[in-house]
Amino acid sequence: MKLKLIIALGVITGFLASCSYDNYDEPGSQLKGKLVYKGEAINVSYNDVTLQLWEPGWQKKGQINVSVNQDGSYGAMLFDATYKLVIPKNQGPFRSLTNAETSSDTILVKLNGSQTMDIEVEPYFMIRTPQFTVSGREVTSTFKAEKIITGTAAKTIERVNLYVNKTQFVDFRANVASAQLAGSSVVEGTTVTLKATVPAITPTQNYVFARIGLKVTGVEDMIFSPVVKINL
Amino acid sequence: MKKYFILLLMLVGLGWGCNDEAFLDKEPTNILLDDQIWKDKSLVLSVVADLYDRVPEFQTIQNRSEFAIFDEAFASASGDYGKHKNQDYSYGDWSNWDYGLIREVNLFIQKCGTADKLDPADKARFLAEGRFIRASIYFELVKRMGGVPIITEPMTYDFSGDPSYLRKPRSKEVEVYDFIIKELDEIKADLPDDVNVKSRATKGLVLAMKSRVCLYAASIAKYGANTPTVTLPGGEVGIPAGLANGYYTKALAAAEELISGGKYALYKKKENLAENFSNLFLDKANNAEAIFVKDFKLKSGKVHGWTLVNQPWSQAEDLEGGRTNPSLNLVQSFEKLDNTFETFKTTQANGDYIYFDSPKDLFAGRDARLEGTVMVPGSVYKGKQLDIWAGFMLADGTVIKGDNFGARKTLPGKSAPEYVVGWDGPIDNLEFSAQSGFYVRKYMDLAVGSGQRGVNSEIWWIRFRLAEVYLNAAEAAFELGNKTKAAAYMNVVRARAGLVIPLADADITFDRIVHERKVELAFEGHQLWDMKRWRLAHVIWNGQSTELTDKPWKADEVSTRVFGMWPYKYYNPGGANDGKYVFRKIIPAQVTNAHRFRLGNYYSDINTTIRSNNPLIVRNPNQE
Repeated sequence: MKLKLIIALGVITGFLASCSYDNYDEPGSQLKGKLVYKGEAINVSYNDVTLQLWEPGWQKKGQINVSVNQDGSYGAMLFDATYKLVIPKNQGPFRSLTNAETSSDTILVKLNGSQTMDIEVEPYFMIRTPQFTVSGREVTSTFKAEKIITGTAAKTIERVNLYVNKTQFVDFRANVASAQLAGSSVVEGTTVTLKATVPAITPTQNYVFARIGLKVTGVEDMIFSPVVKINL
Repeated sequence: MKKYFILLLMLVGLGWGCNDEAFLDKEPTNILLDDQIWKDKSLVLSVVADLYDRVPEFQTIQNRSEFAIFDEAFASASGDYGKHKNQDYSYGDWSNWDYGLIREVNLFIQKCGTADKLDPADKARFLAEGRFIRASIYFELVKRMGGVPIITEPMTYDFSGDPSYLRKPRSKEVEVYDFIIKELDEIKADLPDDVNVKSRATKGLVLAMKSRVCLYAASIAKYGANTPTVTLPGGEVGIPAGLANGYYTKALAAAEELISGGKYALYKKKENLAENFSNLFLDKANNAEAIFVKDFKLKSGKVHGWTLVNQPWSQAEDLEGGRTNPSLNLVQSFEKLDNTFETFKTTQANGDYIYFDSPKDLFAGRDARLEGTVMVPGSVYKGKQLDIWAGFMLADGTVIKGDNFGARKTLPGKSAPEYVVGWDGPIDNLEFSAQSGFYVRKYMDLAVGSGQRGVNSEIWWIRFRLAEVYLNAAEAAFELGNKTKAAAYMNVVRARAGLVIPLADADITFDRIVHERKVELAFEGHQLWDMKRWRLAHVIWNGQSTELTDKPWKADEVSTRVFGMWPYKYYNPGGANDGKYVFRKIIPAQVTNAHRFRLGNYYSDINTTIRSNNPLIVRNPNQE
């Protein structure tokens, strides 16, 4: 009986011990950072803007997709290696800048241990001085739109929106209240006001989250102001 | 010892004695060989029938759940609720890359070309059919993926260890469309011009398909301008805007050649126009409107379960049904008989409900196609009235309803329990009930037994019919600036549906064109391709949870969630309105998210395996 137990224990130990032989180590280096314009984070909607990491030298081609969070931050656990970081064409409410090292929009990332790297991009518009006030259940927001890219590549505003949601995910999909203004009535540099009334929320909560979104004509992804929590 | 010697001798004798040629070289009994097939017309027909059957399709009566992925219908089946909870469509949705099938068709064409034992007329027809099938497959590919490699020879690997010579790059989108049009033009003369040939290629089919193909190419060229990022620098996606008018002209010419040929005619056999419209899809005898169909036959194994899975629960012949519930979004799009649009009015100016004697009254006075396409509360199927009502509404606004078909409860002031919900529902979250308040009627078989699993239905699936050709002609004429012609073609189709006041030239707008296709061709698998070619898909399915539009005539109104309309019986004993019906607009409880069609959905993803195997294949735009 005792012998059987010892054998069984031995087998189990063997199984467990061999795991380290059979498996690779998990990736241990973190690459993280933010999408920024002159140091200021670019806020986007969740799951909509992705970066690609390519590691050359493998037989099959396939990229690692890295999603950008609402506040413009990204992060990926990777193996130490040299990666090519690309923001795919038509991604995000911005255009990529030319990288000095590669003379293209590709950025070389030599990863050796964890690393923080902010990526500088040039948005079509920025939302400046967003202010939120509340009276009763009506959220009022004011902001100014600033045109960053001018000249031939300049684009126009399709619409601006105020979004209010009960969770901190706030965009055109996730909102309990919203207000919209067509781009034709938005003048750059002047204050724009949007108002939305928050409906009753079940279960009751005395706060909401809000932010302003701006849609550029011909660009799929919107640019947003940072999410703010508002007490009702 | 001697015994063994004799035995050995016998074995040697046996081995020697048999004729190796005949003994070892037997013909297989389970497959037919090339030289057996290519001398017999009926065997070649079996081969070509198999190929017809394998041309990919998307929404069909055999693929019910796909009708619920946009805004035409709610899927009242617990396995399909996810369709209303998803936000984004996957980039891989609707993709197809079946070059194995194309190789088989190419082999068919090659072998048919060298066959010398067939009658020349038969051979020419089979060859034309092979090329028609190949053109159809390329049309399916170009609709989904944009430009694809055009392979017209069966490719064979030489086992040299380097297969890279088999790699072909993607052709331009416009080249694929031109290839299809060229093939159709070349085979036209070899096909019979016979209205009674429905399930094989005919001259009429070639013209109908040509008008559709040219129209798609034309509208991508024209409306592609609205989505400048949905293009590739090599032209694999996107058609130059300058080519639009040329394709519209060809589309109009092909449609007019078919219409003026006079062989086909719109289906007009029944006096009741709604019944006439629904019968158009059911009547397989002398149906001059159907141009090309996928046919089915009872007791042959080739049957389908559209009636089984969609039959109203109150008269189901089996333990299922009711899965496809047309949405209020679609139902309210059917216009009134005076050619105006109106959403359904359920309340009076003072806020009180409007009371209807019959639940059908709300839907009266509209386009006959409404009741030809949809079973509304109070309408009749297989000779029996449907039982769609969601509960009793009391005078104070509270609702008494049940949680199962035909549930019973005791109403206030009464002593005995009675039915408080119809045998068809609607009941939220109860599959097979009419959760939007409607059941689908198009393609629903009226034959007894068609709702039984062991019997099923032999109604055919119409892939091309004359009304679409009329609408193709109307659209092409409109885009070419000839509104008189556009109105004339559109009025033919509308008159058949009871809209006898003709539209004037000035009434024909892009919104009208879009709307007419929506109501005429609902549940026929056109919606996705139409919305893609007009570049409207990302506009109407933009991911925003908006209320149901009150402008059903507008082409670009957001419609991301499906809505419903539920009738209630009003309970107010002694009151004037007791027993009448009131309606409430609802959103089914399972509809929790808004659909979003991203720019990357316009052309489906060519997956990494394909792109790794052939690095010449470029990726479709906006998908990273």
